[in-house]
Amino acid sequence: MEHTSLLERVLRGIALTLVVIFFMFPIVWIFMMSFQTNETILRIPPQLVFKPTLANYTALITGKLTTAAGTLDIAFMRNLWNSVFLSVTSVAVALLLGVPAAYAFARHKFRGSEDIAFTLLSFRFAPALLVLLPLTLYFQKLGLANTYIGLIWVYQLICLPLILWIVRGYFEDIPADIEYAYRIAGHSWFATFRKIALPLAGPGIAAAGLLAFIFAWNNFVFALVLASADKQPVTVGALAFITSSGIQYGQISAAIVLSITPTLALALYAQRYLVEGLSLGAVKG
Amino acid sequence: MASLELRNVVKRYKSQTVLDNLSLTVADGETLVLFGPSGAGKTVLLRLVAGVIDPDEGKIFIGGEDMTDLDAEFRGVGMAFQNFALFPHMTAFDNIATPLQAKRSSQSAMKAGVEGVAKLLKIGHVLSHKPRALSNGQKQRTALARALVGSPPVLLLDDPLRNVDAKLRFEMRLELPRLLADRGATVVYVTQDYKEAMALGDRIAVMSQGVIKQLGTPEQIYREPANIEIARLFGDPTINLLDVKPSRDAKGIYVGLSNVQVHLTGAYDATVGRDCVIGLRPEALSFVDEGTPAAIPVTVEAETPLNEKIVTLVRTVRGREILVSRPAGTPGQTEGRAHIAVDGKSALLFDHASGDRIGARNVVNLRSGEAA
Repeated sequence: MEHTSLLERVLRGIALTLVVIFFMFPIVWIFMMSFQTNETILRIPPQLVFKPTLANYTALITGKLTTAAGTLDIAFMRNLWNSVFLSVTSVAVALLLGVPAAYAFARHKFRGSEDIAFTLLSFRFAPALLVLLPLTLYFQKLGLANTYIGLIWVYQLICLPLILWIVRGYFEDIPADIEYAYRIAGHSWFATFRKIALPLAGPGIAAAGLLAFIFAWNNFVFALVLASADKQPVTVGALAFITSSGIQYGQISAAIVLSITPTLALALYAQRYLVEGLSLGAVKG
Repeated sequence: MASLELRNVVKRYKSQTVLDNLSLTVADGETLVLFGPSGAGKTVLLRLVAGVIDPDEGKIFIGGEDMTDLDAEFRGVGMAFQNFALFPHMTAFDNIATPLQAKRSSQSAMKAGVEGVAKLLKIGHVLSHKPRALSNGQKQRTALARALVGSPPVLLLDDPLRNVDAKLRFEMRLELPRLLADRGATVVYVTQDYKEAMALGDRIAVMSQGVIKQLGTPEQIYREPANIEIARLFGDPTINLLDVKPSRDAKGIYVGLSNVQVHLTGAYDATVGRDCVIGLRPEALSFVDEGTPAAIPVTVEAETPLNEKIVTLVRTVRGREILVSRPAGTPGQTEGRAHIAVDGKSALLFDHASGDRIGARNVVNLRSGEAA
């Protein structure tokens, strides 16, 4: 065992604590703010001890925001639902299209395969705003502006390249011999894809899906331009808290807490699927 | 059961030709060993037969049927991979059962089939384990069981003993011939181990750079290697190779080794005056008393006892090093000056420039200890 002095251990502990505080502080602070009124939040100096209130959450859930200037309707729950619906559907579509495509790119080197794969990746290089202007015009002509289908389509720009490239790597890591062995045993290529390639690339597909979900969830600009109020996700909906009578920090914090909860829960749940090592021990190199 | 034929097969990768116009026939029930260094094209050949890669030219017949354009799952061959290629997410049982599943066998038939072959290969107790919980030997047997379970008429074994330890390799070398003979399958067996090739093959095809350099029984390959390269690959310790220039006298053709005339038996008339290489198997050399005719004086450099035989490194007066092998327990010189005699009948003569062996058949029985 490695010998470490007491001083070294203490210093390491302090360093780790500092790092954790640095990264966790904003989240903790927002969590605390979500239980405070605007007055307590804006008090100087800020106070760690306060009387918690659920007013922010009730305002969000009921959709009635009471400000000094009067009562305001906010569609936060609607936005949250939009976020869930858009992200889940986009990732599902991207997985459905991307995983077989990734398999094709990984296993079959056809003419131009590298170029096509790279073109798909290059969609992520282009600044979103550059794409958005022509897209808005097209969508208005096609009648796709302000529709879920249109948004899910545009979200493929985010999800599809991500899934394609990550999953392709996982498929390439599966030794071809394992698939050959299954073919030689008498199974069709589709059975081999379903019974061998998919299960073995499972952790990779889960990781790519999760990542794509988070990217889709956090997207702001596509929905800002292409969707109106009733189709907007939380990222855009949060703008509603900047009201004429001031910024509603309490509600913003509560909204953030509610909107990061699904991604956080998903990440924690999927963590065990992201652990690699399934294919270890099958092939001796 | 089925024979196997490759007709003028060519396989190229980019500009490199991996198999060059190769033709090969394996008779029904025969075990053919493909032997050669890595990169010779052995594995590519197996994969072509299995159908996982396609030839650029040529045809492949199994049981007389043209299989060239048929996908792997329709060819009905069994294959064991060098790296085992087990399915990591399935138990050993499920791994072995995959060929039976493809045939849509009933559950009971599947269970009987898997357990039968598992018992034969002594892995019955680990069938519920996943590959990662298996030892290398068990993985190798599982891979072999998967190849055997469907009783395929053609079995392709790609160096299956490469990645297992020496003890298991030795055991399997003894067990495999019987196992394969019982199945009656046509077998193509790839190996880089000449002992494995000699032990398992009805015939051996020596491959190098995508071409079959020699095809024959293990006996033929050992006694009449087509060239220096093959002579060097077969045999442990390796064959002694010395540059010579044969001459003729009243008693026939001879070569000079350390100023001693060693007469050769064989049709070597054409070699007189040509630059040649003589190949002397270490077991064709023996220690003799001084004064024996054609005895070559040497000094003993080192001796290595190898259980069943003793290998001695000696040096001739001209400084050339020679290995002499003798069965353990027989007398021999262990140090200092000594004399060795050459069995002129078992000596092999190669052309210096081309490396090809010279002369027709000159088969003698090496094992009867005729060394003069």
